[in-house]
Amino acid sequence: MQILNHSQMLQEYFGIVKKPDQLIIALAGNLNVGKSTLFNSLTGLRQHTGNWPGKTVDNAQGSFSYRDKNFLMIDLPGTYSILAHTAEEEVARDFICFGHPDVTVIVLDATSLERNLNLALQVMEITSRLVICVNLIDEAKKKKISIDFITLEKELGVPVVATAARQGIGLNSLKESIYQVAIGSRELNPTQIKYSMEVENAVLKLLPQIEKFRFDKLFNPRWVALRLLDGDEKFIRNITLHLNSQSRWAVTREAEIAL
Amino acid sequence: MITYGSKKQLEELKKEAEKIRLSKGNIIGDTIVSDIFNNAEKLAHKVVRQGSYSVNWTTKTDNILTSKILGYPIMLLLLSTVFWITITGANMPSEIIATVLFGFQDVLTRWFIMIDAPNWLHGVLVLGLYRALAWVVSVMLPPMAIFFPLFTLLEDLGYLPRVAFNLDHLFRKANACGKQSLTMCMGFGCNAAGVVSCRIIDSPREKLIAILTNNFVPCNGRFPTLIAIGTIFGAGAVSQGYQSLAIAGIITILILLGVGTTFLVSWVLSRTILRGETSSMVLELPPYRRPKIGSVIYRSIIDRTIFVLRRAILVAAPAGAITWMLGNIFIVDLSLIGHVAHFLHPIAHSIGLDGFILMAFILGLPANEIILPILIMSYISSGHMLEFDNLVDLRNLLVDNGWTWLTAVNTMLFSLLHWPCATSLLTILKETGSKKWTIMAFIIPTTIAFTLCFIVTQIAHFLFI
Amino acid sequence: MITYDKSIPLSQIAVGCTCRIVGLELDGILRRRIQDLGIIPGTAVECIRRGPSGDPTAYTIRGTTVALRKEDASLIHVHLI
Repeated sequence: MQILNHSQMLQEYFGIVKKPDQLIIALAGNLNVGKSTLFNSLTGLRQHTGNWPGKTVDNAQGSFSYRDKNFLMIDLPGTYSILAHTAEEEVARDFICFGHPDVTVIVLDATSLERNLNLALQVMEITSRLVICVNLIDEAKKKKISIDFITLEKELGVPVVATAARQGIGLNSLKESIYQVAIGSRELNPTQIKYSMEVENAVLKLLPQIEKFRFDKLFNPRWVALRLLDGDEKFIRNITLHLNSQSRWAVTREAEIAL
Repeated sequence: MITYGSKKQLEELKKEAEKIRLSKGNIIGDTIVSDIFNNAEKLAHKVVRQGSYSVNWTTKTDNILTSKILGYPIMLLLLSTVFWITITGANMPSEIIATVLFGFQDVLTRWFIMIDAPNWLHGVLVLGLYRALAWVVSVMLPPMAIFFPLFTLLEDLGYLPRVAFNLDHLFRKANACGKQSLTMCMGFGCNAAGVVSCRIIDSPREKLIAILTNNFVPCNGRFPTLIAIGTIFGAGAVSQGYQSLAIAGIITILILLGVGTTFLVSWVLSRTILRGETSSMVLELPPYRRPKIGSVIYRSIIDRTIFVLRRAILVAAPAGAITWMLGNIFIVDLSLIGHVAHFLHPIAHSIGLDGFILMAFILGLPANEIILPILIMSYISSGHMLEFDNLVDLRNLLVDNGWTWLTAVNTMLFSLLHWPCATSLLTILKETGSKKWTIMAFIIPTTIAFTLCFIVTQIAHFLFI
Repeated sequence: MITYDKSIPLSQIAVGCTCRIVGLELDGILRRRIQDLGIIPGTAVECIRRGPSGDPTAYTIRGTTVALRKEDASLIHVHLI
């Protein structure tokens, strides 16, 4: 079995070609939250579209630089959830989970934060390398909605940035936060969803079995347990598929971490 | 090498999870979903404050735009206003571009004479390639560069989901999905893009219906053709001041005819080869947002200009060169084009067209943009007219070649209803993954176009001749 | 079999009325789709308008507006509040 590095893994399993110095950013969010506007204003004309391997779902990629780093941003399909019931959700979920982006940015709609936080909380179970971008703050202001961003950031445990992408407001802070998370200079401690007792008990019952697989460095075992309990057939199928890629890549990853 | 347990271990794990899941009465999935939302709700309550907010513009606007009485009339009015602005606005820039581009043709011709280039080279490059390019750009670009910004404005405003909301009831009667109206809107830009957008429809059956009928919305390549022919033959009947209004009316009727055909075909399909019950639909109605008018217009004009120019260079220019050659290679005393047109004439005549028109439609399979240029060139190569740079000249050319209002009506109908272009067909093949459905996507519109034109022609002949 | 005491289907809620969801009878992909939008037991739903032909109907749920068809809404059980 051939050993892979991150670029090779991304290319082979996700059809994404990155330059050696580029850091990978995944851009996720609900539909109608101005995600494409944000993507366009960050990457400008340096974009191209492709297709996810084996899926009829578009894949837009764009690049930008900030300070001394170059970034390749992957615009994931807009979804309400990543519990994966549609091809779009599956693509978004698999990329965040198996593609190991350096940073995942979740775009939320300030005017319906409650529903949008649903997605954010789901993603926070998978990865901790997150930036939460609360977009459309101008619309929220018009609707007299005020958001306490300091408390929100404290509660979430990851950087929160307020933006109005159409007006270009907050884009620099967003880049700064992405940069900090990418180079690891921010302490990240994403809050975890508190489930009802019955769910927690079921997770506890399943965890010892999952820990046998020793993939705790790749995925959050708790999250894997939840997916299994949810009876998520697609995830179970995909984890089988990706375990191969993940183990081929893990060797390089372990070596990199050791250095 | 690190391995993460065998497939067998994973199977065991799966079984164990399944056991726990079922022991709880199979509701653990629901509890997980509810719990996530409860967490989100708690968090939102901590950080979000809703101030008093009296005027809800979205509600007020929806009270009008989706109302029982005004909902449909406003939709129609908006549609025809968009067409009217497009038609009135496109006239002048179209003429200017035509003057400039055809003026440059004369310059090109002088250069060719200066360097003593052979006649055939001048023919292929200037009379064929360049002229087709000039035609496509001057006829296609202005209407599209006006239509699309307007359309994008409606989209940005948040109006399009309301169209789906208003029309869902009708689509459901045809056992189709209201979201099909959104895919039809995309079809105005390009049917291939419209077909791709059918992904938003969840049910495979309804998605397939939307894919097979997307072609009945005139795309970027057919819409300006309809406008041009409508202008030439439709507007002459009314006095000067009302002309653009009349054309807007004609175009609106044509679009409604396309929509009607879509409903009819959807209805027939869902009762025959795509039988099935309507599945569910969940449609989000986002709040209206004030679009950034400047940047929307700027972006979509640039976007359309690039789209039209790209198609003109990639498809129209080579097609022009090839058509010129076909029109100037003579076998016995007739050009190749003449032979083909002669061969097609009987069948074309029965549906109110002539051999040249039908041939232009056939040669236009790669892209609908090139149908009109091919037609013009074939007429020119078979006749003697050379000067040619505006719609009046086009009218004269068409009339000289025996066009009547009946020819115009049938050409417009045929253009609206005939087979999808090659790009669309390839896209359908890719999206459906089925040769059978791709062939159906060709056969259904083709049959309808031939049948309708035949009926119209025969009735007209019966009534007037 | 779950029974929904004194509940009525969401489709019977009049425009302007608010209700609370007590149970979903939908299944398959639609059940999840609806849940992803936050339509779960305990959620408050306001019926805000009907389409020009009386169907579909738009509801406000967690600050967003979602339109559902009559058949689908009739499988969502609610209590009036």
